[in-house]
Amino acid sequence: MKVIISNSSPDPIYEQITRQVKAQIISGDLAEGQVLPSIRRLAHDLQISVITTKRAYDELEKEGFINTVGGKGTYVAVQNPELLREKKMKIVEEKLAQAVDEAKLMGIGEDQIIHMLQLLFQEDE
Amino acid sequence: MMEYALEIKGLRKEYKGFTLKDVSFALPRGTIMGLVGPNGAGKTTVIKLILNLIRRQAGEITVFGEDVIAREKAIKSRIGFVHETPSFVEDAKLRDIAAAVAPLYERWDGGLFRSLISEFGLPLGKKFKKLSHGMKMKFSLALALAHEADLLVLDEPTSGLDPVFRRELLERLSGLIQDEGKAVLFSTHITSDLETTADYITFLHAGEIVFSLPKDEIHETWAVVKAGPELLNGKLRPLFRAIRETPHYIEALTSDIRTLKAALPAGAVIEKASIEDIMVFMDEGAAHV
Repeated sequence: MKVIISNSSPDPIYEQITRQVKAQIISGDLAEGQVLPSIRRLAHDLQISVITTKRAYDELEKEGFINTVGGKGTYVAVQNPELLREKKMKIVEEKLAQAVDEAKLMGIGEDQIIHMLQLLFQEDE
Repeated sequence: MMEYALEIKGLRKEYKGFTLKDVSFALPRGTIMGLVGPNGAGKTTVIKLILNLIRRQAGEITVFGEDVIAREKAIKSRIGFVHETPSFVEDAKLRDIAAAVAPLYERWDGGLFRSLISEFGLPLGKKFKKLSHGMKMKFSLALALAHEADLLVLDEPTSGLDPVFRRELLERLSGLIQDEGKAVLFSTHITSDLETTADYITFLHAGEIVFSLPKDEIHETWAVVKAGPELLNGKLRPLFRAIRETPHYIEALTSDIRTLKAALPAGAVIEKASIEDIMVFMDEGAAHV
């Protein structure tokens, strides 16, 4: 598991952790069933509060990314392929929404955006 | 098992010209709490009361669920204390000090002590008075850690230390609470020490508690807002804890940014409030609200 904390980021630290862990689970860098460091271990490693790491883990557990087995540790949860696809779709959607917001700010229209996307797709082929 | 390592309720201590008033807070096991406040806020008084070095006028202090006065002896063997300026017999060698101190504790771990001594690079054959301030601090910390204290209380442990050792000390404190049964309380006015490892922050000002909260909660609810004079219109004022006026803009400290956000004038800037911001604001600006 790789987590990089930025103290100058406006995002709360627990959010920085959840975002990075989610990305690694979705990309498969963290495999199903893999053991994650304990809350205390991670807090110590990152030199942050235990409460912050606990909150990050709680959030990840609530969203179904990880499981905590009492007394045994925390594991990457078994991911339902459909759910995983949906989660990935959501990420794409969020990024597109960001792009659309930026475009609106600059007065770039729908047609232009679609054209840009087509060009980007073609580049990859 | 008691949930709290330390619990303080309604503590009162009067001195000539200074009163510690109605101080209450609790430190859960497995966590680190920073006790902050400007000089003279009462941090050391609170610590002395926990250690039962001075008498309280009112209130209750329990450590692991036991009263610190009624069960003084049992509790003291579970508390490790590191003073801002460690003092031992000046002419004694470190080895002799350790030998004298060890029998006072029920759970002295000689092996742990020796490994800490070598890790900290402490010269056992040297006289205490020959040590630098940082070395004295390390020695005092080694003694506190070696009797396997469950509650470590440190009074301004980082003042006068270089950044390298300060970081080392903080890492050691967070290492200590890998054991969920232990807890750490340390007072400091170096607020950057708290931005990293502290779980809770208790802020004392002029003998009273301003807040005792999880650090994350402080960062989410306290903020500094900056705007023109319109910031001071009547309906926002109750949301400010302190206000500072400059020739070009007004800045105010709030402990309720969620409510304030929606009501702010256009163009207002919101910034995270660091512990230092809160400390400085409360000291300077609280009188104007």
